[in-house]
Amino acid sequence: MASETIALGVVDQDRRPISERLHDWVVTVDHKKLGILYILYALLFLVIGGIEATIMRIQLIVPNNHFVSPEVFNRMFTMHGTTMIFFVVMPILFGFGTYLVPLMIGTRDMAFPRLNALSFWLTAFGGLLLYYSFIGGNGLYGAGNAPDVGWFAYAPLTSRAFSRGHSTDFWTLGLLVSGIGTIGTAVNFITTILCMRCPGMTLGKMPLLAWLNLVMAGMVILAVSPLTAAQIMLSIDRYTGGHFFDTQAGGSAVLWMHFFWIFGHPEVYVLVIPAFAFASEIIPVFSRKPIFGYPVMVAATVCIGFVSLSVWAHHMFTVGMSSYANSFFTITTMAVGVPTGIKIFNWIGTMWGGKIQFRAPMLFCIGFLFQFLIAGLTGIMLAASPFNWQLGNSYFVVAHFHYVIVGGILFTLFGAFYYWFPKMSGRMYSETLAKWHFWLFLIGFHLTFDFMHIPGMLGMPRRIYTYEPGRGWDIWNLIVTIGVFFQIAGVVVFVGNLLWSLCKGETAGGDPWDAWTLEWSTTSPPPEYNFATIPVVESRRPLWDIKHPEDPDWKYE
Amino acid sequence: MSSVAFARSSTEPAWVLPSRGRVGMISLIAAESAIFTIFVVAYIFYIGKSLSGPMPKDVLETPVSDTICLLSSSLTIHLAVRALRNAKIAMFGVWWFATMALGAIFLVGTGREWQRLIFDRGLTINTNLFGTTYYSLVGLHAFHVTAGLIGLAIVMIFTLLGKVKPEHSERADVFSLYWHFVDAVWVIVFTVVYVIGR
Repeated sequence: MASETIALGVVDQDRRPISERLHDWVVTVDHKKLGILYILYALLFLVIGGIEATIMRIQLIVPNNHFVSPEVFNRMFTMHGTTMIFFVVMPILFGFGTYLVPLMIGTRDMAFPRLNALSFWLTAFGGLLLYYSFIGGNGLYGAGNAPDVGWFAYAPLTSRAFSRGHSTDFWTLGLLVSGIGTIGTAVNFITTILCMRCPGMTLGKMPLLAWLNLVMAGMVILAVSPLTAAQIMLSIDRYTGGHFFDTQAGGSAVLWMHFFWIFGHPEVYVLVIPAFAFASEIIPVFSRKPIFGYPVMVAATVCIGFVSLSVWAHHMFTVGMSSYANSFFTITTMAVGVPTGIKIFNWIGTMWGGKIQFRAPMLFCIGFLFQFLIAGLTGIMLAASPFNWQLGNSYFVVAHFHYVIVGGILFTLFGAFYYWFPKMSGRMYSETLAKWHFWLFLIGFHLTFDFMHIPGMLGMPRRIYTYEPGRGWDIWNLIVTIGVFFQIAGVVVFVGNLLWSLCKGETAGGDPWDAWTLEWSTTSPPPEYNFATIPVVESRRPLWDIKHPEDPDWKYE
Repeated sequence: MSSVAFARSSTEPAWVLPSRGRVGMISLIAAESAIFTIFVVAYIFYIGKSLSGPMPKDVLETPVSDTICLLSSSLTIHLAVRALRNAKIAMFGVWWFATMALGAIFLVGTGREWQRLIFDRGLTINTNLFGTTYYSLVGLHAFHVTAGLIGLAIVMIFTLLGKVKPEHSERADVFSLYWHFVDAVWVIVFTVVYVIGR
């Protein structure tokens, strides 16, 4: 309706003073701007979380190192874990989802644009609240300290007696606030995907990215809410003297573990399913083939969603549960590998016989396929509870979940950056720099996380701030830390590439990849209203139908 | 590329999707249910684990009349929405006000029970595990009743100002979903706290 005024706004934008343009970004309810805000915010925290990881790795590079004190080391691993999960990967995935879902399902915005803005700002202020602990963690003393209770904050470490000052309160409140924002985003995703699809787009014709985000949002609803509840309980314990996790008054420390991991394990799938979504969009386009086994992909995702809600206690094998519980969680954890295996099979099936183009997004997705497979295999090893008793809480576990989060999720995220950067910015990235990024990061990743398995098997526990020489861990820790610097170099190339391409990149045009989903049918970057006329689709690849009217997809679906 | 032509054929059946308000509210209710589930699990897990008194059987009195008030408010809000759908604004106002009043009676009842427990029986949130779990579970529910009452009051003000029209009946309906949820949760809280917990 107001397309003329909106179009004028775009033309005028560059002439207005910078304060007004920034004001636009603060008050915006546009899903594209909010998506970019999410992504930029997450990139900032990615750098902060990366610095924390680097500090830990420098401390561990040689035995008996004194780079940081044990106290600082504890704060670093707590802040690194919390930051990376809650304020990097979650917001970045929500950012891509918020940006892409309305475009891919052919609508003009999310179902609740103002809730969308509220969710973003809650997440943003949650992150600030967490980091404020560096300043205000000691309360009136002014000299702050960060929380040092580990990212899963087991009781009784979080009780008043063992965690003095306010750092743990900042941790609790930060996660509580951002958790409410997360639930808001999930409600928004579900409503948008169910209620805003363009005419003709039945559930069976939705792009896989929309399907996978729907499943992810459902899991957020069921998984993040328990964390919110647990954080409320922890606040009650800390502020009003409650006894939920106070063992001296009959409370249970193990109950916190259950509540945290009821959130914590589905959370892994909340993070990885959007990563699967990127791979499911990128691999077909660069293999020049439609996705292999679309219905099976959807079914496998829904299956992962259900099964992953009943695997949480595999994080607690070493706590000492009954043999029935151990058997149950071993079986469910191994079972979740089956639908995941189906998905890997289907991605390879998509590539099989395709005309594969080895552009940067595709390279990252191929890296993801191999690395995620290995991460899954070490996951199956750890799912066997007797094996877990041996290696639980060792560096083997650290290597395993970083293989999932870095080797799986971060690799597809980089792929998604390169794939949708032309759409978001209107400019192409530099392919040469992107390849440098890929190879540097790949080498760094494997140096760090392949060799991290070995000290774990040799008995190095996680979260130790230093170690004695001569235990056979020295050389592996040195290699692991060297890998970190390759990763940093890769990320520097990545950020440089983004900044350079944003200013100097070639104009991308609406559809640089000759792709098939609706976001490529509009201009790059899309106008505020996304589509001048709401599209009507007849198959899973609407743009293919338009480009090939003689052989449209809907004839075969 | 901005003007890719997507043909809309006129012979297709109308494209109907579920209502945004309903889907959004049901998703929210699912999230809230998960939160309540965790609190209920904690309550059940800690039944009988308090190391010191007072114990539930010594101090709790079953709030029968409050429960009747809250549950009947589900009926009154249903009647209110039906009246609005049939364009009977005055009837809507009456039933809506009745819902508010019943909710408020429930909240006052909870407050009086807490006052009795705190001042006469000496049970506070940090007395023992029973106190911690009781006040947090019942308090979480009371918080949701309070949020619902604020929502009801805003609609009531709009009704008195004459701004509520029959076309708003879907929104009132979506809101009533939340209120029904709050009532349904009370059935569970009541069962756990006053039946199983004693």
